[in-house]
Amino acid sequence: MKRSVSLLTFAGAAVASPALAADLNVTVEIPRLPVAEYHKPYVAIWVENPDQSAAATLAVWYDADNKEDNGGKWLKDMRQWWRKAGRTMSFPADGISGATRAPGPQKLVFNSAKSPLSKLKPGAYTLVVEAAREVGGHEAVRVPFTWGKPGKPATAKGASELGAVTVSVK
Amino acid sequence: MTSRKPLLALAAAGLALALPFSAQAHRAWMAPSFTVMSGESAWVSVDAAISNELFYADHRPMRLDGVVVMAPDGSTDKLQHALTAQYRSTFDVQLSKPGTYKIVSASSSVQASWTENGEVKRFRGTADEFLKQVPAGAAELKTIRGSNRIETFVTRDAPTDAVLKPTGKGLELVPVTHPNDLVSGEAATFRFLLDGKPAADLEVTLVPGASRYRAAPDEIKLKTGPDGAFKVTFPEAGMYWLNATARGGETGRGPGGPGMAPPAPGAAPTPNTPLAGDGFSASYTATLEALRP
Repeated sequence: MKRSVSLLTFAGAAVASPALAADLNVTVEIPRLPVAEYHKPYVAIWVENPDQSAAATLAVWYDADNKEDNGGKWLKDMRQWWRKAGRTMSFPADGISGATRAPGPQKLVFNSAKSPLSKLKPGAYTLVVEAAREVGGHEAVRVPFTWGKPGKPATAKGASELGAVTVSVK
Repeated sequence: MTSRKPLLALAAAGLALALPFSAQAHRAWMAPSFTVMSGESAWVSVDAAISNELFYADHRPMRLDGVVVMAPDGSTDKLQHALTAQYRSTFDVQLSKPGTYKIVSASSSVQASWTENGEVKRFRGTADEFLKQVPAGAAELKTIRGSNRIETFVTRDAPTDAVLKPTGKGLELVPVTHPNDLVSGEAATFRFLLDGKPAADLEVTLVPGASRYRAAPDEIKLKTGPDGAFKVTFPEAGMYWLNATARGGETGRGPGGPGMAPPAPGAAPTPNTPLAGDGFSASYTATLEALRP
């Protein structure tokens, strides 16, 4: 018994048991857009179940310092996320919400030991990154991944408001 | 007899004359600037008009004295910055509480005719005025009870249900799908109640807005099932005008108290006022928004 336990731990997350000490690595490319009036986009990053309901919200980048009611006014523009998860949350959301980010690659790591991934069961999900830009457009990019099964990174590219979104489970 | 004809003909032709602002070719509506909002200082502005094209004010404004703003907790809120202009009325609603607001204008009226000394007399007004102005035991009394309800819904943050509860009077929409949870391409279900009972086999019309930029009206016509329910999938994102009218009952019978005429199928329950007959004309209008997926 002792040896098999240590072998399992060493091999990392076995499919049959809940993922321990796993990371979800997400890189989001915010594109540099040549527009006269540029505002950093509001972005929501969330995990979608196979039935397209929201399993967990991982990050919300918005302008909490905005004079117009602390940025809450424009959260609804991330409309897929708003409808599935955002509208029942309160903001600021500890550990989830933060400031808008500038153009360039934004790297995030979410650990299975911490909320919100600590409650996510192993299985097939979709990582969704949804961006809405003031005086600009809206786009959602989806990347499938399997939680509990470390694998190669998967990438999907946005066409306008988002660049490449890369997801890997380690 | 000639006195019978005008009212019956009108009822048969389906003209809702009891209703102060619904003429045949025009549509009444209240259209909010948003139906889904977020944040603590959300305000919505509402246009209210009677028009031909949807949702353009091209005819006359809706009067605001009957408009009520129902807040999510059941209280009534003020119309702010209200103005009645040439072709439309406008007002703001401050969404100070999270949840679903209902903005509604509901009215009822009575239209009647009877014979007095060989002359046909007519009445049009409220039920109270009817009791005062129409003599008891009037000969050949015919009545049509009219009710009209125009609504729209706005939600700040998470949708709530309190304002969706029906009053049990007139023609009402009871959402199965929340009215502020509509997305183009997704099926939504609603139910119609007439005086609290399922309005079966009712014809429902949905007309998309932005009519100026379309070649055809593209009206959607549906019928409710036996439970008063209908299902609709909004083909495109946008504002939609939803309307249904229920008419029926007997428009006239001899003088007498309530409950003497056999109820026609789908007729309203016997009123407890000395209105003869159970003729009624109930209209419901709502503005719904289907968002992009």
